[in-house]
Formats: sequence, structure tokens, C-alpha cells
Amino acid sequence: MSLIEVNNLGVQFQTQDGLVYAVNGINFSLDRGQTLGIVGESGSGKSQSVLAMMGLLASNGKATGQALYQGRDLLAMKPAELNAIRGNRVAMIFQDPMTSLNPYLTVERQMTEVLQFHKGFDRKAARARSVQLLDAVKIPEAARRVTMYPHEFSGGMRQRVMIAMALLCEPEVLIADEPTTALDVTVQAQIIALLRELQRDFGTAIIMITHDLGVVAGLCDEVMVLYGGRVMEQGSADSIFYRASHPYTVGLLGAIPRLDAESEALVAIPGAPPNMAKLPRGCPFSERCLLADEQCRELLPALQPAAHDAAVLRACHRPVQSVSELAVKGASHA
Amino acid sequence: MHEAGSPILSVRELKVHFRIKAGVWPWSPARVLKAVDGISFDIHAGETLGVVGESGCGKSTLARAVLNLIPATAGSIAWMGREMTTASSESWQAARADIQMIFQDPLASLDPRMTIAQVIAEPLHTHRPAMPEAEVMQRVKDMMGRVGLMPQQINRYPHEFSGGQCQRIGIARALILEPKLIICDEPVSALDVSIQAQIINLLKDLQKSMGLALIFIAHDLAVVKHISDRILVMYLGHEMEVAHKKALYASPRHPYTQALLSAIPIPEPALERKKVIQLLQGDLPSPMAPPSGCVFRTRCPRAIERCAEEIPALRSLNEQTEAACLLA
Repeated sequence: MSLIEVNNLGVQFQTQDGLVYAVNGINFSLDRGQTLGIVGESGSGKSQSVLAMMGLLASNGKATGQALYQGRDLLAMKPAELNAIRGNRVAMIFQDPMTSLNPYLTVERQMTEVLQFHKGFDRKAARARSVQLLDAVKIPEAARRVTMYPHEFSGGMRQRVMIAMALLCEPEVLIADEPTTALDVTVQAQIIALLRELQRDFGTAIIMITHDLGVVAGLCDEVMVLYGGRVMEQGSADSIFYRASHPYTVGLLGAIPRLDAESEALVAIPGAPPNMAKLPRGCPFSERCLLADEQCRELLPALQPAAHDAAVLRACHRPVQSVSELAVKGASHA
Repeated sequence: MHEAGSPILSVRELKVHFRIKAGVWPWSPARVLKAVDGISFDIHAGETLGVVGESGCGKSTLARAVLNLIPATAGSIAWMGREMTTASSESWQAARADIQMIFQDPLASLDPRMTIAQVIAEPLHTHRPAMPEAEVMQRVKDMMGRVGLMPQQINRYPHEFSGGQCQRIGIARALILEPKLIICDEPVSALDVSIQAQIINLLKDLQKSMGLALIFIAHDLAVVKHISDRILVMYLGHEMEVAHKKALYASPRHPYTQALLSAIPIPEPALERKKVIQLLQGDLPSPMAPPSGCVFRTRCPRAIERCAEEIPALRSLNEQTEAACLLA
């Protein structure tokens, strides 16, 4: 049995414009020590899918399908049961460390609360453990810093406080929702190195959410590419990075500014992320896809094993044959 | 006055210091925060200078000081051969028609109560008050087309647009006066990777067709690579390295530039898994109490004793590279 198994996960929001399908039919499983990368642009449903797993959807949201943690469905649990698991066995790191830490409480209060609630530690033991964890995420002078308020930390340090807080109960699964998007590249490199160490030392399973494929390259075993709430391509990191065949994945890879690139122009994906309330009838990416034809606009492609590699799942009628094909089209389009 | 071939903007030893009240008492002495401490550079017509550094290194303060949005403490700013630090606010007003700015947060930099037409036309109303309204609207529509916005969106409000489109509106507003220089303060760091590429390509195309000079500020060396001719690397208000693009990426000389380059993730799992990152330890020191000697020495992997004693001057290493490091 996998540690986490997600079957046909969907998220719908009841809005004034009717029911919006933010996430549709997501499947994955995760074992100890593995890392899954979920990649997509703003509004692709990447955050909503993990918020649904943690029971954190907005009040007009509804999750369907199954999200099994050790065989127990997180979506069907009562809040009290869920509270025993989230923050304890499954922990989450949020994107913006300033808005997800409580500005009125010291770091100590926020950290010890977790241990008192989940582990029944007393104040003193909880404090010692908090300092130990801040040390582990390389916060200098942890014993002094623990008494400070969040605004007294820099952005990178706040994110490390968040990580330390998520690790207090030694969770088996760590969900990181764009943990480095708000940070400098140098701090981003520090945070990624830290996550890699945690995985090696504690065997933590990680779900890493990002809009930048570069960030997941060195960290993830498996990568899932989302667009418009649907899986576009899903497979091992190597197959996604070296043998990408979905036009969207190829586009995302081409858009990353690279130091080793010879060519000057970046290959951009034309258009803007989709309006989830008005998705096209066929493939959600068809509006921006350079290869899209009539079939793509009319018929939703099914997620099925790709012809070149059965381990890769792909939802596309017109997969990219070669990268140059897309580049030529892109040049004529621009 | 300005001659052909000479730089359009010439900044020498620019310093911006802030006085920060320290103690709780009215008579406690103020402390000085040196946000920008002796930066010099030239920009020629049609050229792009990339300015790179971590948060808090003073790159945004530098951008604002060049426009006199924050007064410079010392140094000189010469625009078209004319000294501006002592200039009147009227001459600044005239100069700003030629120097425009694009801001980091695309939505926050647009007035939520103004339509796109009003936002883009505002510089024309300020600087060309005599222009007839029909011509203003024609120019706004033309500019919207050039930056990839649809003319029928002209009466919409900023909140109706995505981040990438808002940045296009910001670019249209900056370009409407056909300026000579645009200062882009992290114009893509708030955008998705796929949209970043669109905006960078758009800026490059516009630069080519309009002969614009750009100051392009970013915290990521990979982003500036695609647009810059020369790159200035800043740390704690000081210049660490200034080099032509090719030289900087092929052989970075300053340890800080090397660290910045190695921090950029490569989208190739095989390379990334075995990459040894030259990690910078810790955070930027406080600019209120910068380290003695070289400001970078507290995080430098190669620092020696001499680095604490001597302030390294920016010196030419070859025709293309200048660096401020004793060991470069």
C-alpha cells in the first residue's frame, strides 16, 4: 500500500457564474522518500488539488474522488480525525511565509502549539524541540531567534521557519506549495538543498508544487504537468524533461531562461492562462497550442499511455514529434 | 551638451544614504543606511544594462535615484550630457518624458479606478497637454496593438486582466511618450515562467524597433541573459562586477557572481542531481552595519584575512570585465 494514493481527485467551486471545475481526475501515488512535482501556471489547479487533500478548500469548494493516506480517505474524514493527521503526519509549507505565519505571535508560540496539540509535550520540551528544528533548518542563533516575531526575520528565514514548523512532528508527507517562488535564487538554492537533505535523512515523501520546471528537475522522481485543471502529461522526471511530447510541457521547458542556451530568443507560450469558468470545449490548452487542429478544439483528449513510452501518461491529440516543429511554428506565429 | 556616440546616461559614484532614527529618545543619534554606495555606469542609446543582485542590495533604490524619485546623497547623474543632481524640478519633469519606468508588481502599479485608456494616456496628458484628445486616443490604440493588447479592451479596468497583460499595460504606458530610456524594475519576477518569456521577447522587439535603451533589474542572472548587453552585479549597495554579457557568463570573475550563477536551477534532471552548488551561507548582512573591508566577505567562500581590512576597488581585469575583488 502506498503512503498516499489519490484516485480521480476533483475540485469544484460553486460561483456566481455556475459550477467551476478547478481540478479534474487527478491520480497519483507516493511512497516513502519519493518526490512528486506538480507543475503548471497560475490557475492550473495545482494548489487547489493539495488544499483539497488537506481539507482546506474555501467554503464554496467541494472535493470528489479519493485521497488515501495509508488506506484512509482524507476527503471522507471528520474534521477531528483530519486534525490528528494534518500538521502531524501530513504537513504543508505555504507559498508566502509572511501571510501564513501569525504576525501577533512569537515563533516560539506558533511552534510549540503544534507539539502541545499533536504530541502532548509540555512547554519546556516543546521549546527545546522547536530550537532543535530551527537549528536543523540552519537558522543561526536558534535559541535566541525562537523568541522573535515573524517580521523580524528575512524572507528566506521565514520560509525556513515554515519548514521547521512543518517538520516538528516528523511528518511522513510534506506538501510544499511554491515554497521558493517569493525568494531570491540564492535562497531558493538553499531551500531546495534543505528539502533534499530532509528527504535523504528522514525519508520524507514530498509533493512539490511550482510553476518553474527548473525547480523540480533535481528534486523530483515523478512530474505531473497540469493545465486548466487537467493532467496534460505525467511520468518520470527523466521522461518529462528529456522526452517531453505534450506541446504544453515542451512550451514550459522552452520558456525557462537558460544559462547554457545559444539562442537569444526565449520560446514563449502565446496567450494567457485560461479563465476556468470559460474553458474551451475540447482540450483546455487548444486556445494557446500552436499545433491545435479541429479535433483538439472539439474533443477532450483522454489521458492515456503515450506511444513512445507506456510509462508516460499524456492527454493530447497532436503530440510534438520534434521540438523543431514547434519552434518553426512559434517563429511564424510571432 | 550631448554629442552623438557619447552615453545618454552617465552615473558616477552615486550614493543614496538614508538616515534612520535609532533609539527611542528624540535626541538619540540617527544611524545611516547606505542603500547605494558608489555606483558608476554609462548607458548608450539602444543598449541594455542588466542590474542583478539579491533583495536588499539596493538595485531598486538605484533605479529610483536615477529618476530622482529618491534624491541622491552624493555623486552625479548626467542625462544627455547635462548634470541632473542639481537640476530644477522643471528640468527633471522634461527629462522624465525621455526616461520611463516599468514596475515589479504589474497590478499594484496600475490605478484600479482608471480604465486602460486613461492609464496609458496619462503620460501624454502630463507631458503633451496640447495634444488633441483624438490624437491621444489614436496613439493609445496604436501602442496597445504594439504591446499585444486588443483595441476593444480599451475601456476595461486593470483587475480584468491577468498578470502578464497588466505588465503589457505598464509597458504601453512607459512607451507612449517614445522615451529614450526605460528602467525596468524586476518586470517579470511576479509572472509565471511562460509569461516571463513573452514579456522579455516583447521588450526585446520593442527595443529593436524603437531604439530604446533599457536598465533591466532582476534578481536572477538567467533572466537578464536574454536581454542585456552588459551586466552590473550589485551586493549591499556596491558594484561587485561589471562585464559584457559573453564574458560574464563564460568566465565570471567575482565569487558572488559565481555563486549567483551556480544557484540557478538547470531544467535537466541528470545535471541537476549531481550539480555541486556553491551555496551562499546565511543572509545579506544589515546595510546599517556592513562588514569592514569587502562587504561580501562574510558570505564569501574564498575570503582571506586581507578582505576584512581592505575595501577592494573596482578594477579592470580585461577589456570586457571589471570586478571589485582582491582575488579575482
